[in-house]
Amino acid sequence: MNDSIMSLLDKYHLIAAFAVIGLTMFISHWMSKHLTANRLHGSAIAILIGLALAYFGGIYTGGSHGLADVSLFTGLGLMGGGMLRDLAIIATAYGVRFSEIKKAGVRGLIALFAGVLVSFLAGAVVAVGFGYTSAVDITTIAAGAVTYIVGPVTGATLGASSEVVALSIAAGLVKSILTMIATPLVARTIGLDNPRSAMIFGGLIGTTSGVAAGLAATDARLVPYGAMTATFYTGLGILLAPTVLFLGVRMFF
Amino acid sequence: MVIYGVALLAGCMLVGLVIGDVLGQLLGIDANLGGVGIAMLLLIFVTGYLKSRDHLPESTESGINFWNAMYIPIVVAMAASQNVAAAFSGGMVAILAGALAVVLGLAMVPLLTGKRVEDAMPLDARPVSPAQGRTP
Repeated sequence: MNDSIMSLLDKYHLIAAFAVIGLTMFISHWMSKHLTANRLHGSAIAILIGLALAYFGGIYTGGSHGLADVSLFTGLGLMGGGMLRDLAIIATAYGVRFSEIKKAGVRGLIALFAGVLVSFLAGAVVAVGFGYTSAVDITTIAAGAVTYIVGPVTGATLGASSEVVALSIAAGLVKSILTMIATPLVARTIGLDNPRSAMIFGGLIGTTSGVAAGLAATDARLVPYGAMTATFYTGLGILLAPTVLFLGVRMFF
Repeated sequence: MVIYGVALLAGCMLVGLVIGDVLGQLLGIDANLGGVGIAMLLLIFVTGYLKSRDHLPESTESGINFWNAMYIPIVVAMAASQNVAAAFSGGMVAILAGALAVVLGLAMVPLLTGKRVEDAMPLDARPVSPAQGRTP
């Protein structure tokens, strides 16, 4: 009996994921209303629950897809994977007025370059502080602080060791996860409540999953603006990190 | 029909991704450069055009709005399938590098936003079009 239920849930994994996420949303909205008097957004609580479950899923299975590695929850990987996530992000653009985007366009572009540069510098400073002296290692870790995709791509281009590449991925994951948690907490302080600052936020932080979840937890109406700039960030990072930024690092090391 | 809306969305996504891919190849990088962003712009323009011609009936709209409304649940599923364990077992270098990048990035948002002007007003303070009036 138990076995047959398990194999059924396994077979219909995406449907099971819809049910699990629906339940999570219900619980988190209930918690938001009754435990925090709506001060903490229901979506923010749901994302925190998701991250906590992903942590335990990762510890339990030793896999790399959080809770989606637990056989009952494999559908989460499909539901929250890149394909449906990007489809939903694009759908959020429906109803956005282009004039809003055009008005913040130049600042968004500046934010993109500034964001890649500042994240790279942050990663480089930390790497140097921990005693790394090879330009390849420093660049790879710094590229990881840009996003967890830029890190390994840069590492592969420059021929970094697998330990350093793993570190750069971890740095990018920390950035993405901290963005999900920190954004709703500091949104008011940094003025993240309008299309312009959302576009700048997307350009400065850039890590798509972090920006997507951080804005969802803050105000879903801001998502298309932040996502619009963030979507160019990883490409720009891959363009700059192994080339211009690497040459910059090599001037000092 | 609802499928028209979904297909329109899918078409914009595919065209955007192809353009992003070509852009990446032109620049010699192994990545999609802004495909999703281009797809978003396409969707804005195409739906804007269809709406002005009155070719966007409610049922077509609902195909797009469904995925729009599924955004937050999908993001929650994404959060649940992140490699959180690896992020926090990477050691202090990874944690500090990631954290410093977030802190600096967030701190720079008000610097680049500048002073409040008309387009930097909170969304609550101005009229919201029906498609934007989602209550999460």
